[in-house]
Amino acid sequence: MSGRIDELFQFHQTALNLRAARQELLASNIANADTPNYKARDINFSSALQGALQGEGAQLSLAGTAAAHLQGDAGETVMGAPVQYRIPAQPSADGNTVEMDTERAQFADNALRYEASVRFISDKARDVLAALQG
Amino acid sequence: MSLFNIFNVAGSAMAAQSQRLNVVASNLANAESTTGPDGQPYKAKQVIFETTPVPGQIGQGVKVSAVVEDASPMRVLYDPAHPMANEQGYVTMPNVNPVEEMVNMISASRSYQNNVDVLNTSKSLLLKTLTIGQ
Repeated sequence: MSGRIDELFQFHQTALNLRAARQELLASNIANADTPNYKARDINFSSALQGALQGEGAQLSLAGTAAAHLQGDAGETVMGAPVQYRIPAQPSADGNTVEMDTERAQFADNALRYEASVRFISDKARDVLAALQG
Repeated sequence: MSLFNIFNVAGSAMAAQSQRLNVVASNLANAESTTGPDGQPYKAKQVIFETTPVPGQIGQGVKVSAVVEDASPMRVLYDPAHPMANEQGYVTMPNVNPVEEMVNMISASRSYQNNVDVLNTSKSLLLKTLTIGQ
């Protein structure tokens, strides 16, 4: 039974960990908004989550089906998913590719989804407790 | 724990931006300093930002790698009555450009605010995480 409960939480736990890791990446993008030659980095969340759930790890590669998709491998991985460089819409003269509006929007979005995951886990925990206590 | 690491990342950016603000303050304060301890007019200073990795983490912080002297030419003013004027009546003034410094100041304070926001968001996410299961 404890294994089942573990399985119950696994999805949201993995999602929460990935959200936290992505939050850190976005925070470092915002922190380095004025650093010359800094390249903004991000992960493809859905494929990273899929990979982490299947335990696939570093072999994941993305199919770029649109010009706006993230490209280029930064050589690092977050929970097995490759960290990629963002393609800037308006590159700046100092080689920095951080676009504050994009980063802030993504940061707020990621924070909200993190909170959602926290809520899901809390609700699940409450369900399990209700089942146990009757 | 990625979210705790955001405190390091955003904190390093805030430290770097406040140093930049400090340099701007020094430049603006000395915009008319025709002589210093070495007898030379004040030279404008600029900070150089550099990305600094956080050990074992994916996020990258910021640090001020160097404070360099502005290479732009010194301002020369014709004022024979000035005590620092040379034989031709010219005074060498600091190469501080007040307009550039004001822009620099606004940019630094905005970046600082961005990082404060990042820090606050991460803090509230962490606090929400602590309420899981309650």
